[in-house]
Amino acid sequence: MFGRLKEMLIKEFIQIFRDPRTRFIILLPPIIQLVVFGYAVTTDVKNAATAIYDQDNSVASREIVSRFIRSRYFKVEKYIQQEEQIHRLIDHSRVKAVLQINKGFEEDLRSGRTAQVQMILDATDSNTAGILLGYGQRIVQEYSQEILLDRVARSLGPVRSIGGLDLQSRAWFNDNLESRNFYVPGVIAILLMLVTLMLTSMAIVREKEMGTMEQIMVTPISSMEFILGKTIPFGLIGFFDMVLVVLIAWGWFEVPVRGSLGWLFLGTGLYLMTTLGMGLLISTISRTQQQALMITFFYFQPMILLSGFMFPIDNMPEVVQWLTYLDPLRYFLVIIRGIFLKGIGPEILWPQMLALLVMGLVVFQLAVSRFKKYI
Amino acid sequence: MNLRRLSAVAKKECLHILRDSSSLYISIALPMILLLLYGYALTLDVDRVPIVIWDQSETTESRELISRFAGSHYFTAQSFASGYKDIEHAIDTRQALAALIIPKEFAQLLGAGESTPVQMIVDGTDANTATLALGYAQVVTLVYSQEIILQKARQLRGQVLTVPIDVRPRAWFNPDLESKNYIIPGLIAVIMMVIAALLTSLTIAREWETGTMEQLISTPIKGPELITGKLIPYIFLGLLDVLLAVLMGKYLFHVPLRGNVGLLFAMATVFLAGAMSLGMLISIITKSQMLASQAAIVVTFLPSFLLSGFIFAISNMPVVIQWVAHLIPATYFITLLKGIYLKGIGLEVLALEAVLLTLFSVVVVLLANFKFKRKLV
Repeated sequence: MFGRLKEMLIKEFIQIFRDPRTRFIILLPPIIQLVVFGYAVTTDVKNAATAIYDQDNSVASREIVSRFIRSRYFKVEKYIQQEEQIHRLIDHSRVKAVLQINKGFEEDLRSGRTAQVQMILDATDSNTAGILLGYGQRIVQEYSQEILLDRVARSLGPVRSIGGLDLQSRAWFNDNLESRNFYVPGVIAILLMLVTLMLTSMAIVREKEMGTMEQIMVTPISSMEFILGKTIPFGLIGFFDMVLVVLIAWGWFEVPVRGSLGWLFLGTGLYLMTTLGMGLLISTISRTQQQALMITFFYFQPMILLSGFMFPIDNMPEVVQWLTYLDPLRYFLVIIRGIFLKGIGPEILWPQMLALLVMGLVVFQLAVSRFKKYI
Repeated sequence: MNLRRLSAVAKKECLHILRDSSSLYISIALPMILLLLYGYALTLDVDRVPIVIWDQSETTESRELISRFAGSHYFTAQSFASGYKDIEHAIDTRQALAALIIPKEFAQLLGAGESTPVQMIVDGTDANTATLALGYAQVVTLVYSQEIILQKARQLRGQVLTVPIDVRPRAWFNPDLESKNYIIPGLIAVIMMVIAALLTSLTIAREWETGTMEQLISTPIKGPELITGKLIPYIFLGLLDVLLAVLMGKYLFHVPLRGNVGLLFAMATVFLAGAMSLGMLISIITKSQMLASQAAIVVTFLPSFLLSGFIFAISNMPVVIQWVAHLIPATYFITLLKGIYLKGIGLEVLALEAVLLTLFSVVVVLLANFKFKRKLV
C-alpha cells in the first residue's frame, strides 16, 4: 500500500509543481493577500473627518470643540457657517460627523437650563457612526458632569463634596482595542480555507474531465490510496502557507502570539482535514471544473459569513446560530484567536478541537464512500 | 462586427448555461441565500452584550447601577461572579464579553460624596464589539452619575439643578443605525463581482482545455464577436440577479431605496460588463480552468469583500492601501449603490465614481479583446 501511495504522491507533486504558474499561486497570493488585507481589515475609528457648525461661538462651545479635537477620535475638516453646507459635506462623504452647537448654548448653560449639542452622523456606515456617537456622547457627558460638579461645589461650599461615578475600563487580551489583532487571525483562517479548498475541489474532477481518471482506474490503486494521494500534497501546501502567514502576522503586523505554536499547528491540522475533506467531497460530486468551482463558492461564502469572522455569532437569530455549529471555520476561529490573543490551550479549546476532528473524519469518510460509488 | 455571428455565439453560450443547470441554479440561488443571510442573520449591531457582574457591595445603590446596565438593551446580565476567577472563566469560555465590577466600598464612597470607581473589563479580542460596548457602558455610567449628583444636590440643599448638557444625535440616512441598511446595498456589488468573475473566468479556458477553441478558430468568427457574444448572456444573467436583489432588499428587508432606479441599473450594467470582461481576461490569459478559478478568486472575491469599503471603511485604512482600494471597481460601484440607496443622490454628486467605473469597464473590455487577438495568432 505504501509503495502505491508513494508513487501517487510523486505523481501529484510533479503535477502540481510542473506548472510554474501553479507554484506561483501557492506561494504569492497568500502573502500578498495577508499583507494587503491585514492593513484593510480594521474597524478602529480614529481622526474621523468632522465638520464644526458652531453658531454660538462662545467660550463653552469652543471648549466642547476643543475636547472633541483633543480626543483624537475626531479631526476637524471644516468649520462651517451655513446649514446647507452640512448636506453638501455629507452627501459628498467629505465628513462623517457634524458637531452642531446652536445659538444660545452658553446662555442656556449659564441660566441652568439643559443646553443641547447636536451630533449629525452619516449613518450610511452604521458601524462607524455608532462608534463615533459613543465617543461623542462620552466627551459631552464628561464635560457635562464636570460642569455639574463645579456648580454643586460652588453652591454647597467646600464643606461637603459630591462625587459621581468613574468607569475605569480595561480591555483584556487587546489593550488598545486594535481591531487588527482580531481580524488578522481570521484572515489567516480564511486564506487557508480558500487555498486548500480550491485546490482539492479541482483535483479529482480535473482527472475526470481530462479523461486521465480511466487510466488511474485500471491501475491497482485503491480509492483510499487515491484519496490520500490527492490530499496529502495539498495538506502539506496548506501547512506551508500557514507557517508563512503566521510569520507575517507576527513579524509584520505584530499580532501577539501568546499561546503555544504546537497547539496552533495541531488545530491547523484538524482544520485542514475538514477543508481538504470538503474539497474532495465537492470534487467527487461535480462533473466539471466549473461546477466544482461554483459549488466551492456556494459552500465557503456562507461558511465565512457564519463563522463569526466579522459578524458576531451572538447577534444572529437562534436558528442561524445552530447552523453555525456546522461551520468548521467557526471552531478554528475560536482556536486561532484563542491561541493568538488569549494564550489559551486545549484545556479550554478541546471542545472546538474535538468538533473539528469529528467533522474532518465524517467528511473524509463521505468523500471516500462517494468516490467508491463513482467507480 | 457581424450581428449574425455575434448572435450565434450568444446563442451557443446560452445553450451552455442552460444545459449546465447546476451553474445556473447556483448563480441565482447564491445571491438569494447571501441576501437572506445578511438580511436576517448578519448584523454588526451590538446589543444585549452578555456581561458578568461582580457586585462586592450588594447595596441598593449598586443594584441600581446593575439595573441600569441590564435595563438598557445594550447589555444583559449573563451571570454573577464572586471573584476574578469566575470572570476569567466566563471571558475565556466566551460566555460573557464584558465584566462589571463594583467595589466593596461603592455605597460608602457614594454616600461620602467621593468619586466612586467602577470597573469594566471587556474581552478585547473582538475589538469592534468591545469598543461599542465600552462606549455604551461609559454613557450609561455617566448618565447615572449625573443623576446621582443632581439627587444629592437636591437632598443637601433642596436645590433643583438640571443636567448641564445633553447630546442630540441625528443619524442621517439610517436613523436607527441598522447595519443591514448599510450592508445590503454594498452586498449587491460584492455578489455581482463574484458571480460575474466566476461565470466568465472559465468560459474561454474551458474552450481551450476541451479543445473546442480550435474549432472556433477555424470558423470565420472574429475575436470581438466571440468575446461580446460570450458576454451578452452572462450580463443578462447578472442583471437578473441585480433585479432579484433589489426586489428582495425592498420588499423583504425594507432597505430604503431613495434614489433613481434607472441610474442603479445603468451603473449595474456598466459594472457587470467590466467585471465579466475581467473574468474573460483572466480566462484568456491563463488558458487553464484551475488557474483561472484561483486567479478569479484572488483578483475579485477577497478584494471586493475586504477592500471595497463594503464593511471596512476605506477612510480607516492606511493611505497606500486606500490607493489599492481605489483600483478596485467594486469600490466605485459600492459608493454608487450606497449613495443611490441611502442618500438618494444621483450623478450630480456621484459623477466622478460613475466616470471611473465606466473607464474601468471600457479598459478591461478593450484589454480582453486585445489579449485574445494576440493569443489567436
